[in-house]
Amino acid sequence: MIGTLKSIPRVALYEGEGSRPIAGPVRAELTRLLLEKGYAVSSIRPGGQVAPATSGVLLVLGEFLEQKPLEAVAETDAVKVLFRDIAALDVPKIMGLVESLCGTTPLPKPGGWKPWFPVIDFGRCTNCMQCLSFCLFDVYGVSTEGKIQVQHENHCKTDCPACSRVCPEVAILFPKYRSGPINGDEINSEDLRRESMKVDISSLLGGDIYQALRDRSDKAKSRFSKERDEDRALKERQRCLTKLQEQLEIPPEVLASLPSLDQIQAKAVQAKQRAADALGMNSAQLT
Amino acid sequence: MPRIVYCHCAYAQVVPKAVKEEVLRRLVESGVAFDAVADLCEMSAKRDPMMKQLSQEGSVKIAACYPRAVKWLFSAADAPLPLAGAEVVNMRVETADRVIDAVLGEGFKQTESA
Repeated sequence: MIGTLKSIPRVALYEGEGSRPIAGPVRAELTRLLLEKGYAVSSIRPGGQVAPATSGVLLVLGEFLEQKPLEAVAETDAVKVLFRDIAALDVPKIMGLVESLCGTTPLPKPGGWKPWFPVIDFGRCTNCMQCLSFCLFDVYGVSTEGKIQVQHENHCKTDCPACSRVCPEVAILFPKYRSGPINGDEINSEDLRRESMKVDISSLLGGDIYQALRDRSDKAKSRFSKERDEDRALKERQRCLTKLQEQLEIPPEVLASLPSLDQIQAKAVQAKQRAADALGMNSAQLT
Repeated sequence: MPRIVYCHCAYAQVVPKAVKEEVLRRLVESGVAFDAVADLCEMSAKRDPMMKQLSQEGSVKIAACYPRAVKWLFSAADAPLPLAGAEVVNMRVETADRVIDAVLGEGFKQTESA
């Protein structure tokens, strides 16, 4: 999980009873800018319904017919409700007001984390723990009930969907991925066949994908300085590895940042042990 | 009328910009109440308590991306969508017209003609 259980600041554009409508262009521009700054926006209109506010900061902006208190007394201490009249303000001034009252939101910066992480489709997941065994970055963990779960989303390597490629059930999604079924699109029989082939390729390599990929990376780095003949088997293995890297879609920067072979081996042993422990615990509970 | 939730997918460009901006523009002009969030993925990763507020309290229509992704994003945030009464409309593949028709539906037509 990233950060703490705290709501992002929420701004309500109030146009309900006791207020004048906000001018259309102001409403449109304000909504778009607030969303692009990372705030949640609730557009409150007569007779309509929005999600209740039960935590965090709720800043209510409107053109009120009667003066509102600057801060309302909420039913619980978990939510802080502020009111501000925006009748005399233009959009830049309103945005300044929002930032001064709610603070800025943690927008992604170049090189920073963006919301890229695996999401498990528990309608398909069989709790086989292959993702736990595969991931070297401790993204996955096991719940106290012995169930696989995503525990460290921010450890995930941006744009790397490799764990979804080794999942035999196509149960791992990356919603921001470009194509299906990894992006959450429906799964068809061709997807299932393709996924099963990829698992087979990993088996052909002895199941140690990381060592194989690292070997390949090292060989690529040294191939200009140490040109040498390779036997057919090795060439075949290289072709297999290239195909594997392409099929797992591991970005080159992730491949380049893989830990050392010793670290990989240690992590793989740990991950496999955690997976085995979880599977063992689940088996014991069944018997 | 069901509550409406719109996701701006602000942290990536996977939803076509023209579609999401047109959907947002028409929601804003519709006169209908709705909740808009910057990015459901980010909220899910943070287990934002607002996910629970968005998923509870009756039926809801969500303009976002693939329904399977949205369903499990909510689930990952311990805020499962109701089995009945939650409809996800996919802005990655649908046109803005179809998204608006699906989200605002008959309620919107009544409002327009009133």
